[in-house]
Amino acid sequence: MSFQPVKFYQTGTYTVGNRLLAPDERSVQANQMRGNSINSGHRACQGCGEALGARYAIDAAMVESNGQLIAANATGCLEVFSTPYPESSWQVPWIHSLFGNTAAVATGIAAAMKAKGRHEVRVVAQGGDGGTTDIGFGCLSGMFERNDDVLYICYDNEGYMNTGVQRSSATPPAARTATTMPVGPEPGNVFGQGKNVPEIAMAHGIPYVATATVADLRDLEYKVRKAMRMHGARYIQIFVPCPLGWGTASHDTIRIARLAKESGMFPVFEAEHGEVTSVLKIRNKVAIGEYLKPQKRFAHLFGKHAHPETVARLQAIADRNIRKYGLLEEETD
Amino acid sequence: MPSKPFAITLKPGTSLANLTGTWRTARPVYLDRLPPCNNACPAGENIQGWLFHAESGDYEQAWRVLVQDNPLPAVMGRVCYHPCEGACNRGQLDSAVGINSVERFLGDEAIKRGWKFEVPAHGSGKKVLVVGAGPSGLSAAYHLACMGHKVEIHEAGPLAGGMMRFGIPKYRLPRDVLDAEVQRILDLGVTLKLNTKVASIDLSMRQGGFDAAFLAVGAHIGKRTTIPAGDASHIVDAVSVLRSMEGEDKPMLGRKVVVYGGGNTAIDVARTVKRMGGEPIIVYRRTRDKAPAHDFEIEEALQEGVMIKWLSTIKQAGAGEITVEKMELDDKGFPQPTGEFETLAADSVVLALGQDVDLSLLDGVPGLEVKDGVVQVAPNMMTGFPGIFAGGDMVPSQRTVTVAVGHGKKAARHIDAWLNGTNYESAAKHELAEFEKLNPWYYSDADKTVRPMLDIIRRQTSFDEVQGGLDETNALFEARRCLSCGNCFECDNCYGVCPDNAVIKLGPGKGFEFNYDYCKGCGICVAECPCGAIKMVAEDI
Repeated sequence: MSFQPVKFYQTGTYTVGNRLLAPDERSVQANQMRGNSINSGHRACQGCGEALGARYAIDAAMVESNGQLIAANATGCLEVFSTPYPESSWQVPWIHSLFGNTAAVATGIAAAMKAKGRHEVRVVAQGGDGGTTDIGFGCLSGMFERNDDVLYICYDNEGYMNTGVQRSSATPPAARTATTMPVGPEPGNVFGQGKNVPEIAMAHGIPYVATATVADLRDLEYKVRKAMRMHGARYIQIFVPCPLGWGTASHDTIRIARLAKESGMFPVFEAEHGEVTSVLKIRNKVAIGEYLKPQKRFAHLFGKHAHPETVARLQAIADRNIRKYGLLEEETD
Repeated sequence: MPSKPFAITLKPGTSLANLTGTWRTARPVYLDRLPPCNNACPAGENIQGWLFHAESGDYEQAWRVLVQDNPLPAVMGRVCYHPCEGACNRGQLDSAVGINSVERFLGDEAIKRGWKFEVPAHGSGKKVLVVGAGPSGLSAAYHLACMGHKVEIHEAGPLAGGMMRFGIPKYRLPRDVLDAEVQRILDLGVTLKLNTKVASIDLSMRQGGFDAAFLAVGAHIGKRTTIPAGDASHIVDAVSVLRSMEGEDKPMLGRKVVVYGGGNTAIDVARTVKRMGGEPIIVYRRTRDKAPAHDFEIEEALQEGVMIKWLSTIKQAGAGEITVEKMELDDKGFPQPTGEFETLAADSVVLALGQDVDLSLLDGVPGLEVKDGVVQVAPNMMTGFPGIFAGGDMVPSQRTVTVAVGHGKKAARHIDAWLNGTNYESAAKHELAEFEKLNPWYYSDADKTVRPMLDIIRRQTSFDEVQGGLDETNALFEARRCLSCGNCFECDNCYGVCPDNAVIKLGPGKGFEFNYDYCKGCGICVAECPCGAIKMVAEDI
């Protein structure tokens, strides 16, 4: 367990807050005076997971850095919906970089702050999975390798959503995108390794790597705050469902993220210096179908021309994650 | 945090200029739904409401909310058959919240700490006669007194409590608990006249100058059945047996006692006989699953060594023995005789076949309708005679203490309205908070706290209370298992999960508000509300 849940409260710590908890035991998001780093009026779609994940993460980072934070932001949904000229939703110092160089820009900011002796100022780089796992990957790997003092947050919605839902190297196998249509004997995205950036980050041996979802706010805040207390290159990948690109109902965003974690499809863990130190256990294991069925991007796997063998292959991926990361509670006698 | 974040020098154009609320086709609205426990409570208690205060450890406030509907929580926490727990949504997760045990804890806590009812500041000047100091009469007296009316209870028996004292054995309801709760009602200024049988309601009302009356005389006459019996046989009825347990002269039943019937009263008598050193055998004509007694009571009786002969009727009672005939159920589930007989040793036979009401006090009152031995009342609990109301076992009902208490409350409200020349209109019920309306993911896993049971040997030999109570730590735990179905408990989920910051947190105790300028109507708050206290409503477009 990455954080200690409070037992025997009406709702434990699964809820955002709880009137029965002492204020310092509540989440950042429960605070009446929370920062709202990304303000109302942004143009994200209804039920956007990324808008939510970004507020969760940056609010927590702001609290941990006492408001001394600069954010670099790759081109992508997050930048487009938050900052159409001349308006911005950001209530933190924020710089828009190119699509592919946000890690390098953040590195530069960190170097500048160091040169100016502003050690209290912390730097966050953020981008979507396209700007992170594909286009910005060279800069990112360089930032890791140099161990620059930047927390890089990747909001993973498994595709290029802003440009019209194209495949990225984080798109899961069999998923339909504009560039991986559900036609032919193996419809949707091809089966392959894709690019598992959390593991690649771990291979760099950087101080901290973690994954989180918008369905586990407590865990997410814990990881961001922990990362902010550390120095050197740090990487957090946050799973943020995209109602538009995935074809899910706008009210289902958190449920889908929860199912991704509970099915084992998205392992939630943290690692220090290349070694996994804790995992968020699955609470009520679900079959992969429960996660896939509400998403139209997997609709071709079910129904009249179902592909049960493809579903079985996806289940195998989830099972492998469960085995590999030990996502299920050990049976105790 | 500084008001203007670090390094911000120019005022950027803010996205607040962009009112995204215009995108919306449906809007979320907060609402209170009716929790299933409240819906199931015959006394109309606001269970979720008082558990809410108990959860934060404010037991006095919890108790005060509880007694707004029911003045007898310590009694309820012992004798109520808690239909609330049967309806509890938590039952579909792990096990129902132990509402009854928390209620008992609050009732006991109130007695221990001496919490009192608030005496109303102003009297109404009206006088109401309550006939019968059982649960229904006491409940009505309490509510009427709280409304400022002068109340006088006329009780035929030597002590208050009705069936709570003369029907329910001590091992289920210790008398000091009953006495304490009765006294608290009397402390409101209610006059109790014991050993005062109302022979004619008309006369009593005129003599006392009462403006209205509430009748709750209960059902104290044991039903008889014709059993061919020899002169030497000893046949008594269950009500008299239980009543005499409260007096100096304990009933003389002998060693082998046959109890005839399958209801809760039969079980009560058998368990009482066991405690007095006798050997009770219950004879019942149908099967266990068809018996009207509650199954847990049957189970407890069996544990204590009570014998039960299912599918049997008594054909004949003689000196020291009876003859029973075996029965079998037909296709429709009715018992039919088989012609097989058996002899059982029996020093006495106790008939527990139900009770009738003594309606003699109503003789000569015009306009009354009596059907199946009980008085018919209108939905406002008024009999056919204006100003005379009735409730409890003497009107058509399930005949439990809780139903009786509910009748008392309901009648009191209508009596109050009637005295003021108005009609009492109860508020429209909220829509029910079904399990499907909840998001149970957010509740931690926690099984029900089991109340301690007395050792079997002490149950067989003494009248000590069988079921123990909770202490403060586990009562708090149990209260916190409540899911708060349909009613906001300020978990901050809606506030946290809104991607558009369109939920405004108003602060502790004040709840939340939607900012419809920015709410896009995605519905995440509704989907992620644990207790179903938000719903989506279509916008007029």
